[in-house]
Amino acid sequence: MVKDKITIINLNFWYGKKLVLKNINFSIPAKMITAIMGPSGCGKSTLLRCLNRMNDLIDGARLTGKVIIDGQDIYARSVDVYELRKKVGMVFQKPNPFPKSIFENVAYGLKIHGLRDKNMLYTKVEQALRDAHLYDEVKERLHGPALELSGGQQQRLCIARAIAVKPDILLFDEPCASLDPIATAKIEKLLEVLKKDYTIVIVTHNLQQAARVADYTAFLMLGELVEFGPTDRIFKSPRDQRTENYLTGRIG
Amino acid sequence: MSISFLIESPRADMTRGGIFPALVGSFLLASGAVLFALPLGVLSAVYLVEYAGDRRMVRIIRTGVNTLSGVPSVVFGLFGLAVFVKLFGLGVSVLSGSLTLGVLILPTIIRVSEEAIRAVPADFREASFALGADRLTTIKNVVLPTALPGILTGVILGIGRAAGETAPIIFTAATFYRRGLPRSFLDEVMALPYHIYALMTEGTKPEYQIPIAYGTALVLLLLVLAINFGAIMIRFRGRRKKRW
Repeated sequence: MVKDKITIINLNFWYGKKLVLKNINFSIPAKMITAIMGPSGCGKSTLLRCLNRMNDLIDGARLTGKVIIDGQDIYARSVDVYELRKKVGMVFQKPNPFPKSIFENVAYGLKIHGLRDKNMLYTKVEQALRDAHLYDEVKERLHGPALELSGGQQQRLCIARAIAVKPDILLFDEPCASLDPIATAKIEKLLEVLKKDYTIVIVTHNLQQAARVADYTAFLMLGELVEFGPTDRIFKSPRDQRTENYLTGRIG
Repeated sequence: MSISFLIESPRADMTRGGIFPALVGSFLLASGAVLFALPLGVLSAVYLVEYAGDRRMVRIIRTGVNTLSGVPSVVFGLFGLAVFVKLFGLGVSVLSGSLTLGVLILPTIIRVSEEAIRAVPADFREASFALGADRLTTIKNVVLPTALPGILTGVILGIGRAAGETAPIIFTAATFYRRGLPRSFLDEVMALPYHIYALMTEGTKPEYQIPIAYGTALVLLLLVLAINFGAIMIRFRGRRKKRW
């Protein structure tokens, strides 16, 4: 039995007057990988950013409907958005470590949420780096600058930074878009491991990537949710003509 | 030009001796100016970039700041005289001079800091927000440290300007001659640029004093050059470290 972690109900989203997401309804299962795919500009990143309220930061953004995580509507007035973002971590398209040391990058989230104890910090940073499959590559230079790492290492550092604060959910916004195939393979392998502990939502416009890593797939087009279901089923027997067209390369 | 020129006080009706008090005076005035203008300037820049948005009022403020940096410095001198010396009753003093010079360099510091803060990539802010940081935490821990080399460049350029200006301190801080160094921030002070001005215009024995004035000018020039070189170095190092 699949347990739902996130439920999206009648979600509409506007940038200014432009309607970007149209009445989205689906549920994201716990401790699985759900891919959101679709052609560029279909609103998939916007949808992802509705899940940790990153869109709040954009002027002129407006939203109706509900996003329910663990039974709580995250857009309810009583919700503390900072606690929400601690619980729903995010990794971006372009690796964006801070211009600080490797250690400081991972410790950042812990520190801003009040952890001061040096030993605890060190233990948690090390654990997060191990969980992100990065520790062995950087253990000799934890205090060296993060920006000297390779792109793939930087992205795994960003994953370590996100999981250090122990979120429940990890959002990935095209995490491999700027990486080579080898670095991409490492991240995908990591995702497989991470899904034991985290509910993962990944935005990708790479079909093969969705097919390789995702348990469930949502297909978005022009702001509409065309189809959602188990990845196997979506890829083998799409129910909507538009999904089939996209999968066979006729659009996109 | 010798070491004694730098570390001795003027003697014998300013016809002999060195420029030590003026050197110290300029140092005091410039540091005072920065002490006042740096926090105010950086906070203003943070406000303009991170909080103000792009309203009409903000654009007017920004234009005002840019215009202020083009106002002739003698006007700042009169402003200092009217406000700090008279209105606040601080008298002709190190404090009045520092504040006046601070107001003079404030627009530069605001503008340079604003540019430096604006140049911090949005990615860094997003990463911080996505970890559950609020705006203030993000500014304190991510934005300002990243913008620091740029801000420092502005500060150093400001120091250079404050050390070299004459007009703002004529009415507010400088004196032709005093025995020894100022004892408090409410004392008058000698300063390099004014020293030159005074020697050239009020000297009674020009055959001795004009060489001293030229010597002082050389020291001032080298000082400003060194300060600006420092700014270039900081900017250069910042740029080399920058990989985003």
